[in-house]
Amino acid sequence: MSALAVALTGNPNTGKSTIFNELTGAHQKIGNWPGVTVDKKVGYVNYKGRTISVVDLPGTYSINAHSQEEIVVSDYFKENKPDIVVNIVDASNISRNLFLTVQLMENGIPLIINLNMMDEAERQGIKINEKKLEQAFGMPVTNTVGRSNKSVKVLLDVFTETRMSDYHPSEMMKKHIEKVNAIKNSDLSQDKMDEEIIAARYDFIDQVMAEAVTVKNVGTTLTDKLDSWLANGFPALIIMFALFYLLFQFTFNWVGQPLADLLGDFLTGDLVDWAKDAMATAGVADWMQSLVADGILAGVGAVVGFVPLIFTLFFCLSFLDGTGYMARVAFVLDPIMRRAGLSGKSIMPLIMGFGCGVPAIMAARSMDTNKDRMISVLITPFLTCNAKVPIMALFAAMFFPDNAADIVFSMYFVGLATAIIAAKILSKTAFKAEPSTFLLELPPYRIPAMKTVLLETWDKGKGYLVKAGTIIFSMTVMIWFLSSYNSDGMTEDMDQSYLASIGSATSVLFAPQGFDTWEAGAAVVTGVMAKEAVVSTMGILYGIGDDVSTEAEDADDTASQFMATSMAAAFTPLSALAFMVFTQLYSPCVTALGTVKKETQSWKWMAFTFIYTCAVAWIVSMLVYQIGRILGFE
Amino acid sequence: MTLKDSQTGMVVRIDSVGNSKLKNRLMTMGLIPGTKVEILRSAPMGDPIAIRLRSYNLAMRKDDAEQIQVTQIN
Repeated sequence: MSALAVALTGNPNTGKSTIFNELTGAHQKIGNWPGVTVDKKVGYVNYKGRTISVVDLPGTYSINAHSQEEIVVSDYFKENKPDIVVNIVDASNISRNLFLTVQLMENGIPLIINLNMMDEAERQGIKINEKKLEQAFGMPVTNTVGRSNKSVKVLLDVFTETRMSDYHPSEMMKKHIEKVNAIKNSDLSQDKMDEEIIAARYDFIDQVMAEAVTVKNVGTTLTDKLDSWLANGFPALIIMFALFYLLFQFTFNWVGQPLADLLGDFLTGDLVDWAKDAMATAGVADWMQSLVADGILAGVGAVVGFVPLIFTLFFCLSFLDGTGYMARVAFVLDPIMRRAGLSGKSIMPLIMGFGCGVPAIMAARSMDTNKDRMISVLITPFLTCNAKVPIMALFAAMFFPDNAADIVFSMYFVGLATAIIAAKILSKTAFKAEPSTFLLELPPYRIPAMKTVLLETWDKGKGYLVKAGTIIFSMTVMIWFLSSYNSDGMTEDMDQSYLASIGSATSVLFAPQGFDTWEAGAAVVTGVMAKEAVVSTMGILYGIGDDVSTEAEDADDTASQFMATSMAAAFTPLSALAFMVFTQLYSPCVTALGTVKKETQSWKWMAFTFIYTCAVAWIVSMLVYQIGRILGFE
Repeated sequence: MTLKDSQTGMVVRIDSVGNSKLKNRLMTMGLIPGTKVEILRSAPMGDPIAIRLRSYNLAMRKDDAEQIQVTQIN
């Protein structure tokens, strides 16, 4: 027997993706942001000797084909005839959810109406008579309790045992469809026509509601009680900042950083020693030993060391998203973000940008309008991603030993302030004509399903792992090669290497910033490949060997190593500051640039991102240096 | 009166959704003439606002709420 094709469709916030994850265990990104799942995801499950393929369509409120997600769903049903279509309906929010159901049936799509969140509906005093609902639509009705694995597995029986050919639209539905067709064939204007059809759908829904649903007033719900604190005026803002403070503490001090330290110590310590011993025993050539142990393992290890930090941050964000709180954050912050030319919804990409720009740029998908999405994508590179922290930490420790922490913090501020100013300018210039809107469902608070949170964390963090495994690896080998060879072959003298030529060609540009040494030029170039490469390049070039730690927490030790080299003389505190500002703001790494291309579907915007971030960085760092000099600093 | 002018705690009925670019989306979300809407609360500085309709909560900016004509019913 061929595979049974099942498609899941439904509104955002219905627990659709959680059901998908329970059914298939596949990778899936979900959340309370309307329309996060732009890609259609497919999973497979074997049940009673049959292979069932399940497609998780993006959550949409309709198939009006106004947004990308709606076009995806609308096109899917035009091009595919799955054996079973399951319309996941949030039972606690049935009226609006049935809009999509009605619209799908108008398009002649037979479906199973699955009432999810039945427990929540009951708590809200909503009672649904499933038999009557079945009669009203003429389609089978099932129910699930979103996070209960058992109730979801029951769906598999439904899939294998339901024969859709046994079900036909009810008389009531047929009449509704006739009515809609009559409106479509009338000579109303397109605008008026759309309006009449939407009203007709809600007429139908109101009839169904009257017959099959009773709503009892149960007073204030838990969500209301929580929202009167978490989404109400100024106090909500204060609570939010407190929660974010806890989130960053959790990520950087309590869980993420300790894990990162453990892993980093193992990778750059024990593993390197073990590899050296093993290679020495096997009689591997010296240069190869040095490349593998000090170059590749140290380079990749330093990046992999950040993985726990990134994953902890994304876990927290996915969890908060799953509870419904991130929608409140967007709501509470919209007044501030709007004034900066952004939308409250931009907060998710912005926070993620402090971890890694790649998933942050991808998260901009969830924005309502092209304007909000583009601005979010374009300003994310200015933020202090995890890979920039070691640069700031090292330079601060070397040149500002007395107030290193303040200097690092000020770099976060420089990044954020530049992002906000850039957003404001972009919204007043390139995207002036485009409207910005904010229409956001505030879903009930829920305890998120752990499986879904973990899968989503994995989805967001994966990009970082891939980068660590591929780009950083090849970068390390490339820097090693460029710094050890020139056109005559291998060279002992790094001043004569390819890297020196590239670096000195680049460094000419940085005379106004006071750091026009070839070493700095080379570090800037390799930093475009990966920001992690900036410190390791300096390490190689200033000859403290390849075993320089690129971890921020080792900055003091590393700084004292660097102080003993010519680097101490190559920078003044002022030119060091200019260098920090430049690296904070200039082009994102190639992985992030590639993501910009993917998300904007445009080489032009990718090129723009590279050029304008470099230009902004060049100008701001020049101002820092030149104004600093006028003020008498050096 | 528009939805923008409605105060927190008011229950209103929608008379018309107006002619904003959002009209289609607003109607799809269930804001159609005749629908009962409760104004729940607002973000800092009073904008956006959170409303309740058809047993779910929705947030929108006042600029968009201004387009929606309503009548108070409580």
